[in-house]
Parts: sequence; C-alpha cells; structure tokens
Amino acid sequence: MSQEIMNLVEKSSLREDPLDFQIGDTVDVHTKILEGNKERIQVFSGTVIARSGGGSREMFTVRRIVAGEGVERKFPVHSPRIAKVEVKRSSVVRRAKLYFLRDRVGKAVRLKERRR
Amino acid sequence: MTKGLLGRKVGMTQIYEESGKAVPVTVIAAGPCDVLQIRTSERDGYEAVQLGFEDKPRRLARRSERGHVAKLSSKRSKKLAAAGQEASPKADCEPKRYVRELRGDVAGYEVGQQVTLDALADVELIDVTGTSKGRGFAGVMKRHNFAGQRASHGVKKVHRHAGGTGSGSAGPSRLFKGIRMAGQYGNSRVTVRNLRVVRIDSENNLLLVRGAIPGPNGGLVVIRETNKVG
Repeated sequence: MSQEIMNLVEKSSLREDPLDFQIGDTVDVHTKILEGNKERIQVFSGTVIARSGGGSREMFTVRRIVAGEGVERKFPVHSPRIAKVEVKRSSVVRRAKLYFLRDRVGKAVRLKERRR
Repeated sequence: MTKGLLGRKVGMTQIYEESGKAVPVTVIAAGPCDVLQIRTSERDGYEAVQLGFEDKPRRLARRSERGHVAKLSSKRSKKLAAAGQEASPKADCEPKRYVRELRGDVAGYEVGQQVTLDALADVELIDVTGTSKGRGFAGVMKRHNFAGQRASHGVKKVHRHAGGTGSGSAGPSRLFKGIRMAGQYGNSRVTVRNLRVVRIDSENNLLLVRGAIPGPNGGLVVIRETNKVG
C-alpha cells in the first residue's frame, strides 16, 4: 500500500521520455546550465558505468578520461536539467556496475563494441 | 480556527521542481478525519477540537469507543433522556483508531464534520508532531553525539564512554543536574516546526512536506498550521 503511494508521488517527477541507454554505452549527456539568466547546454561525454537508485531518485554515472585523469560525473536520470542523452557507441558488458574500469588505464579501458 | 489533521507517515523521496531543483520530501497520508467532539471552555475548561482518524473495526472497538462516535441505546441513556438530560452530539461515524485533540479556536468546527486536506489549502508552513523512533537505552555517543575516547594510547574498554562528568571531592562533591549521560533515546514525542508544504494532493489525501518528520514509516503524525511567528 505505502509503496503504491510512493510510486504515485514519484510518477509526477519521472521524465515522460525515458532515457534510452545501457551500461557500457558511450554517451553524450546534454545538461541545461543557467548562466545568469541565459540557458545553455553543456555536454559531458563518457562511458556509463553504473545506474543506481530507483524511482525519481535514480542516478547514472558517466566516466571519462580527461588529461590522463579519470573523471566521473553522476547525473539524476529524471532531472529536467538533463536535456538528452545521446548514445554514441554500445559495448558488450556482462555486469551492471563497471567499477573495474577505475583500476584500468590506457588500452585496457576499451570495451568491445556491440552492434545493434 | 485551528487548522490541523491527523495522518500517517508514508516515506521519503525526492521530487523535481520545474527549475530542475530536487526537493527532499516526506509523504504523509493525511485525513480524512471526523470531528468527534468539541471541547469548550464552559464545559471542559479549554477549547479544542477532537479528531478521529482511520476506522477501527467494530469488533475491536470497545463499547465506550463505539458510544463515543454514535448513539448507543442503553439503560443509562434512556434514564438520562427520561430525566430530561440532553445527550451530547455524536459524529455518527465508525469507531476511530486514533483520536487526538487540537487545542485552539474551535470556531467553524462542528461535531460530525469531516476534515480533509482542503483545510490546509492556504497554509504554507506546518508543524508535525510524531513519536520518534525508539533506540532503547543508548550510550552517550549515539544519544548526545559525544566523541567517545581514543581507540589506542592506553584507553582500555572505555572507547565509547563519556569522559568526566564533573570534579570530585575538591569541587562540589556531587554531580550537577542535567549532565548528559546514557539513557533512553527516542520513542518520545517530537515536534518539527516550520516545515514547508510542497504539494497537496487532496484527491489521494496526500501531503508532501519538505524535509524529514519524526517517527517510522507508518507512524501516526499530527499536522498543524505552524504557530511559529517570524
């Protein structure tokens, strides 16, 4: 009963067009950013290594290498600030969390491409 | 007119504002409540409105609980009626599981009236009263956020103890009152004041409040318009 109520409340905050990407995908995340009173779009691209949480609290983690340093950014799936997520490339992965990528450098970071 | 309601805490989640800001909210299933009785200063010495929340099956309700909400035909009531004693008005509803009183101005309330979330429609800030989660007999680290003692450097078996509680024979030779020590923590009445109403869904009797409120999910809470000024 209480779970039904929570779902009902969260429904209003879920995005109408679900983001379509999978773990291991290389994506461009388009984020709306307010600068003063002008809105512009910032893009963060990288590999989706995890999805966590449920309902309106769901988040996903994108990892990329910037200047030899690993950078991870966590985005809320249902935030209206996320304009869109573009899938550039899909990979073959066998687990839901790709945290093992954190321990890898260079060529070892590559994932095998999955053709759809 | 005091504005208030009884409800059950459902749980916490977050919702997004249009600006994209995430707001942490507690969901409360509030009302509808029946007004069971009205306390007046002439008869009771104080003013309050008595609300009943959630039906209790008749087989579980005591006779007094059933008699409180609806007229019972008893020898006593007949005798009183014969003697010209007027019976107090009854709400004429099912027996209630929770009965609580809200003190304050009772103008606008009458027995038998149903109070829903619409009563809080133009209220921005509320106070929520509940019973906090019981933690039993808790030590000073959990109960008062003491720092405890060191893990090493000669500390033996007292890592989670308080330090001193005052000076000894040289000083007052006694403990001052109010020294914080271990003891019962939680399971007490707690009021959180000045919570912002984020959303009211009167269709489903749901109230969304910004921030946390006391008690476990499923616990009874009393919601009132805030009495905090400024």
